[in-house]
Amino acid sequence: MNIVVCAKQVVDVSEIKVDSSTKKPILSGVPQKISDIDKNALEEAIRIKEKHGGKITVVTVGPSDAKERIKELLAMGADEGVLVVPPQNADYSVVSHILAGAIKKIGGYDIVLCGEASIDMFSGQMGPRVAGLLNIPQITYAQNVVVEKDKVVSERNLGDKAVTIESPYPVLITVTKEINQPRLPSLMQILASSSKPIHKWSASDVASGKLEPKIKTVDIKGVPMVRKNVIFHDDLDQCVNKLVDELAKVGVLR
Amino acid sequence: MVLVYSDDKKLTLELLNKGKELAKELHKKVIAVCIGHDSFAKDYLEHGADSVIAAEADLHTFKAEEYASILEKIVKENNVEVVLIGSNKNGKELAARLSAKLDTGCVTDCTNVYVKDKKIVTERMVYSGNAIAVEQFLSHPQIVTIPPKAFNPLPKTEGHKGEVIKKKYDFERSPSKITKVQEMKTEGVNVEDAEIIVSCGRGFKNKDDIRLVRELADALKGRTIGCSRPIAADLKWLSEDHWIGLSGHKVKPKLYIACGISGQIQHIAGMRDSGVVVAINKDPEALIFKSADYGIVGDLYQVLPKLTNAIREKMG
Repeated sequence: MNIVVCAKQVVDVSEIKVDSSTKKPILSGVPQKISDIDKNALEEAIRIKEKHGGKITVVTVGPSDAKERIKELLAMGADEGVLVVPPQNADYSVVSHILAGAIKKIGGYDIVLCGEASIDMFSGQMGPRVAGLLNIPQITYAQNVVVEKDKVVSERNLGDKAVTIESPYPVLITVTKEINQPRLPSLMQILASSSKPIHKWSASDVASGKLEPKIKTVDIKGVPMVRKNVIFHDDLDQCVNKLVDELAKVGVLR
Repeated sequence: MVLVYSDDKKLTLELLNKGKELAKELHKKVIAVCIGHDSFAKDYLEHGADSVIAAEADLHTFKAEEYASILEKIVKENNVEVVLIGSNKNGKELAARLSAKLDTGCVTDCTNVYVKDKKIVTERMVYSGNAIAVEQFLSHPQIVTIPPKAFNPLPKTEGHKGEVIKKKYDFERSPSKITKVQEMKTEGVNVEDAEIIVSCGRGFKNKDDIRLVRELADALKGRTIGCSRPIAADLKWLSEDHWIGLSGHKVKPKLYIACGISGQIQHIAGMRDSGVVVAINKDPEALIFKSADYGIVGDLYQVLPKLTNAIREKMG
């Protein structure tokens, strides 16, 4: 099985601070990491490889420093990395063209795996867009993946129902966070990964024609959340009574 | 033309309201689409659609590839400029696949949509609810997905007339095959409509202890219990219809009580629109207190029975 995993470098959303006057998020200086659910995608790829053999290539569209993040993925078990630095105004459409172009250039793939969405933007567009550009079947929200000789069988989690779907190769699959627990690489694996190749391709190497964004970000607004933050500290009975009095006063007990 | 589509009838009616408003401003008409049937055509006309396209197609189950192929044809035939799609799981993957086919922009999960300089502007939550991205289209058609309850449906106008266009569509077939559809175990809970929610998280040690939450919910006559991700997704102590958060349900009750929930931003993203928020947690540093109006720092095993009693007394 030749597998391509699409992994995005994102800001660690749990580390984002909010500017107290503008209520806007402060994005500079926030640590970067690989989007959590993309790690689930890589873990699934590694499990498939362990059972059926093959090769795993990870593709990241991001800034040059994303190379450090790709090393972590190679340590986890990917065989090769590809980094493509996008043009400045890259929207969902531009990135999907680059990813699809890079996957075609890698070639000979059976499965493309990615997370159901990235944890920063959470748009969930990338998988289906790339599948559309490659004109291959898509299986989204997979909560398990079973690889067979000439087909893959997967169960999709749609919240109110589970749909089992099978597809021939090649196929693109997006996974949920529940599908597995991504492994932590050992020190030996981290050391060994330094000999694995990371290819740096330019956007024009992989995507022909003009890469024009279809969406422009006009603003990143803050989300003012005004909460009273009244914390009761006395002995427990008093706390409970004060809370109940307050709730009655603001009119939510009726 | 403004096109509206969801496989969920209720959601389609909500989209029609927004679609009608956008169409008016752009001096266009709004069309609703049914795929594979025409059962809701009359409802869609009575709730604001100028016309309904009932696409007849030889398909039985939803596959994004096939639905996108049909919608692509409808969009091209009708010179559609704006496409509003219901943002459930099917709708999101459909919208993204469709935008790849049409090589155009798409913004998902928009809670606000308006027209500026004749172009669509959208707003949606990003960074796990820490910010709102305002985005504007540079391309046509403009594809937007809208979650449930972002807009109200228009009131019904009995006998509102409009054309129902029944037409057969061929489409590109997907080589994938759906072999089983299984209803997930649910307890029929609708957290999105609940007025009062008592919610539980990792602070609970055993599945049986969730009765403490149930008893408080009963005392509040809210009867709706929710939970954070680990309880539904990892421990499976409650079915997923209770799950509140970024990947679960987004709720806006008038009272939200979070018990033993640490307050990861993914959870906050699901409940931040609640009216009054109460947090109970033994860790005074728990993030949940920052998103709460009232908090009690204490062991939920002691707090909850006392709180339930006090509320019973107060409410009589």
